[in-house]
Parts: sequence; structure tokens; C-alpha cells
Amino acid sequence: MEEKILFTVDTPYRPSLPVKGWFFGNPEKKSLAVMGALRGNEIQQMYVCARLVRALEAVEKAGLLAEDCGLLVVPCANQFSMNVGRRFWAADNTDINRMFPGYDAGETTQRIAARVFHALQGYQYGVQLASFYMPGDHLPHVRIMETGYQHAEEATAFGLPYILLRTPQSYDTTTLNYNWQIWSTQAFSLYTTSTDHIDEPAAATAVEAVLRFLSLKGFSRQMFPRLTTRPTLFRENQLHNILSTAGGLLLCRRKPGDPVEKGDVLCEILNPCTCEVLEQLRADCRGQVFFCHHTQLINGHEVAYRILPDEEKGFLFYD
Amino acid sequence: MVQEVVRLPLAVGEELAIRKNRLGEGGKRFCVVTGTHGDELEGQYVVWRLNRLLTEHPEWLCGTVDLYPALNPLGISTITRGIPLCDLDMNRTFPGSETGSMSEYIAAKLTEDLKGAAACVDIHASNIFLREIPQVRVNVNTASRLVPMAKRLNMDFIWVHAAATVLESTLAYNLNALDTPTLVVEMGVGMRLTRSYGDQLLNGLLSLMQSLGMWKGPVDPITDPLLGDDGNVSFLNASGPGIFVPCVGHAARVEKGQEVGIVADPLTGEIRETLKSPVSGLLFTLREYPVVYEGSLLARILELQA
Repeated sequence: MEEKILFTVDTPYRPSLPVKGWFFGNPEKKSLAVMGALRGNEIQQMYVCARLVRALEAVEKAGLLAEDCGLLVVPCANQFSMNVGRRFWAADNTDINRMFPGYDAGETTQRIAARVFHALQGYQYGVQLASFYMPGDHLPHVRIMETGYQHAEEATAFGLPYILLRTPQSYDTTTLNYNWQIWSTQAFSLYTTSTDHIDEPAAATAVEAVLRFLSLKGFSRQMFPRLTTRPTLFRENQLHNILSTAGGLLLCRRKPGDPVEKGDVLCEILNPCTCEVLEQLRADCRGQVFFCHHTQLINGHEVAYRILPDEEKGFLFYD
Repeated sequence: MVQEVVRLPLAVGEELAIRKNRLGEGGKRFCVVTGTHGDELEGQYVVWRLNRLLTEHPEWLCGTVDLYPALNPLGISTITRGIPLCDLDMNRTFPGSETGSMSEYIAAKLTEDLKGAAACVDIHASNIFLREIPQVRVNVNTASRLVPMAKRLNMDFIWVHAAATVLESTLAYNLNALDTPTLVVEMGVGMRLTRSYGDQLLNGLLSLMQSLGMWKGPVDPITDPLLGDDGNVSFLNASGPGIFVPCVGHAARVEKGQEVGIVADPLTGEIRETLKSPVSGLLFTLREYPVVYEGSLLARILELQA
């Protein structure tokens, strides 16, 4: 393992901020890179990377890394915002993950994105520990942009139960995941339930997923038990959005992973001053809760839940 | 008549309402929208002035004018550039979706309401960091149709910029794609009103309405704008952190090699960088907010022939 400063960010009123990477294995090889927090609230994403650094250190010390394997883990590229409790770049509120592939003669976050991308480019595989723009919790899953360059079947090696294919929108074209793929890296986003708080079981799942991926791709000789369930591959638009119509206090009755029948109550929205039930949101199909809004206040016309219908499950190229 | 475009319940005893004021009736429809970014206020003055004029002189109006002063009322009321709560840039949510989240739903309703207008002007005010001369930004793919209209707006500069995939989620891109000619105005600076710019644009709006056959009232003579594209716009960015102290005024003519300003270090008293203009031309963008980081945009210069 080698800890290196990838680049530093100089600021007028704070010490220079080093963005560090942890390298493992053969420094001449670029097998897999993992990116953690690009936003200041991505605590879980940074934590997963930190656990991965420790896990890979142990794997390397045990002599289980393949000789032609080179790995990089970047836990955090935005301590500038994280240390002051801000989600986006704290000086101008821009989002580094909307600046890729970056521009080294551009504005501040374009330059940071360019440096991050320079460090991450050229790897055969890329994993981003990603967060979602809506406040809520997901089932752990792998998300892949359909750029035309993707090989979704490769995602089965993570061993996670769900693989989501997203048709990129115009605003996705400046994300790390999209640009990684355009520049010949097989890119995957791992979603691990939470963002701004640590979920240890979900973090353990994510770390194991990356280690399993390395093993199945021949980059390590760690042994993992054979999976007994088939992953489900589906497109994002196959999820059923359950929208609120009322605003108020949100009391969730179901959580991600819960099976639901059509008509089951998912949550209640209460009058915040009287506790009168303004609305009960119900499942519109049989399936599994995939996403759950997690703030305690909800407005009208918000996506409160996303359900993965049972009929979408079970197709894949995995045995 | 004040009308609601969309109304949605907020969590605690409040509703989010996006409203427009409709003046006149029938005929062609002209729309003026602003307040997409909650920290850009220059459009408030323009819409107020146009509102007053149309109310005082309905006899000069031929058609319908819809004025939308606040597409992002929660942002304006909280001095927040994006949409509070989800922290999204509203101008990256179009065309939106009726079945999506609140922000997507609002974008869809606004798109639906605006489409079909004879013309739409979307007024922006840069941001809190940069001051801009009155200008129109036009995507190169729509330039042949929009530049003639932009010339009516009485702005100092028309910037025909390259197309970018990420800009396909803006309001203007989507309205233009729906055959609703939409011009994006940038002028002034965030969180402030620049009255002279507002008066200038007001006359431009009347001029555009006149060209559409919608205005019979007086219009002052309009300026002949400079026309430029990405090829003749130069950028000056800071190479390191500090305090930017300009030594030329905004909208000044500068010569190639002329000093534009310095980046200073208040802690040590050093001058970290002296910025010089790479070309001779018009300094149409100048940094207003002094604290800078590596890459911070300090100025933009439109190259002009001597």
C-alpha cells in the first residue's frame, strides 16, 4: 500500500488541502479505481472507501493480490466542503460531480474535476460510491449509465442483488460515471443505502462487493462463497414512483427491502400541527421497496417511495 | 390578471405557488420570465417596469403578455441560487416530468405554460461573483433564427456560444426545441439591481414586441450590439488563491497587455499575480466578489479590431 497526494487545493484562508489516493498492488497497472466523496455530505461514501483501504491493505499483506493488479482508492476529494458541513463546493456551491471530465484551464471545480479525472483515468474498471439527489435511502445496488459502452453483465461480479440501468439525461453527461465510460473505463456506481450518516452493515456490504468483484475478475485470490440468488437487472423507468399529494410530517411504515403487496400502506403524511392523517400512500403493485424518502417533512408531489415490481425481477445473464 | 401556473403544498402550513401576470388578451403571446436562480434579481426591476407600463397603457398593447417574475420563489425568498431542499439548479431540470419529483413537476408545468409563445425572454443576472454587461446568449444551433430577434433587445453584446449537451436541460433550450423562440439575457450581478441595465432592457423588450407587431407605443432608438462567438472571447482566470483587486472598470476598453488587476495575499502583503489582458477589446465580464481560488473567473474580454 502506498499513500500518495494526488494533488492539492490551495485556498486563501485555509491551509492547502491534499487530495490523497491509496495505491495497492502493481503501480504500473491500472486495474480498478474507487472514488468516494466528491460532495461534502457523502460521509458514508468516504467511510466505505476508508474501510476498503484497510481491507485491501490486509489482502495485499496476505499476498492475495494478483501480480498484474493495480488499485487506487480515493476516499475524499472535497474536505473543503465536508469540514464546514456543505454539500457542494463551499466557495461557489458548484457540484464537482457535474464538472467531469473537467477543464484544467477552467473554473475552480472544473480544475478539481480535471485533476480527479486525471488520477482516475485509464483504469480498466471504475467504481464510484455515489449519492442520490433526493433525500432518501436505497437498497444497495449497482447503477450503470447506458452510454452504449457499458457491459452490464460485468456488474454481476459485485454480487449485489440489484443492477439498475439508467438512460443518461443531458445533465448526466458531466458526471464522473458517464465520463469514465466515454473514456474507456467500465464504470459502476455503488449505492449503499445512506449518504450523510454511517450505515455500517451497508458499508460492509459495499466493501465485500468490491472485494468480490476483484476476486471474480482475477485481481485477487480471496475466496468468496458462491451466490445463491440471481441478481436482478432492470431499467430505472421500471421502478414505480409513489408520489405524495399532501405536504406534512412523513411517517414511514415500510423501509427499503420490505416486500409489499398492492394496496399496502407505505407511509402516512400527517398534518404537522394536529397529527390528522392527510394522506396514506399505498403500494400500487406487488414488489419490493427500493427507495424511501427519509426526511421527516415532505412536500406535495415528491417521490416518497419507489417500488420494484415483482414482475421486473429475475431476468439476467447470471446462473 | 394574476394567474397561477402551479401550486403545491409544502410541508408545514404553506403552499408553493408560481404565478404570472397576464396583460392584454388574444393575438400573439409574449412571455418574460425571470427568477430561475434565486440570487439573480435584475429581472425583478425589468418585469416591474414592464408591468407598470402595460398596465398604464393597455391601448398600446396588441396581444397578450405573460410576466413571470419568480420561477423559483423559494430560492428568491431565501437568497438561494438553486431550489432549496433539493439543492438543484432549476435551470438544469427542464423539460421536467409530470410523474417526477416536485422540481421536475414544476419544470414540466412551466414548460407547458410557456410553449407556443411568439417569443420568450429569460432574464438572468450572472451570479454573485461576476458582473456582466447587458448581453444575449444564443446557442449556435439556434443562431440563425434567434440573432435577428436578439438584435432587437437593445443589449450591448450578443454571444453566440457553442452547444453543450449539459445545456439541453435549460429552459431556453427546451422552449426553442418546442418552436418557442427564447432569448437568454445576462446582465448585471447577483443580489443587486442595476437600474440603467433594466431601463435598457425594458426598451429592448418593447422593441422586440414592436417587431412582433405587439406594441404600438413609443420605443427609444436601440443600440447596435456587438456580435461575438467563443472564438473571440478570452477568459482570465486566477492561477492561485487570494483577493482580486481590479484596476480597470467594468465594460472598459482594454489593450493587449494592459493590466486588469492583481491577486493579492492579505496575510503576507504579497502580490501573487498580476493579470494582463491577452487581447485588445471590451472587458464585458468583471469579477465582483473579491475572494478567489485557483481557476476563479476574473474577467472575460471580447476581442475587437482596432
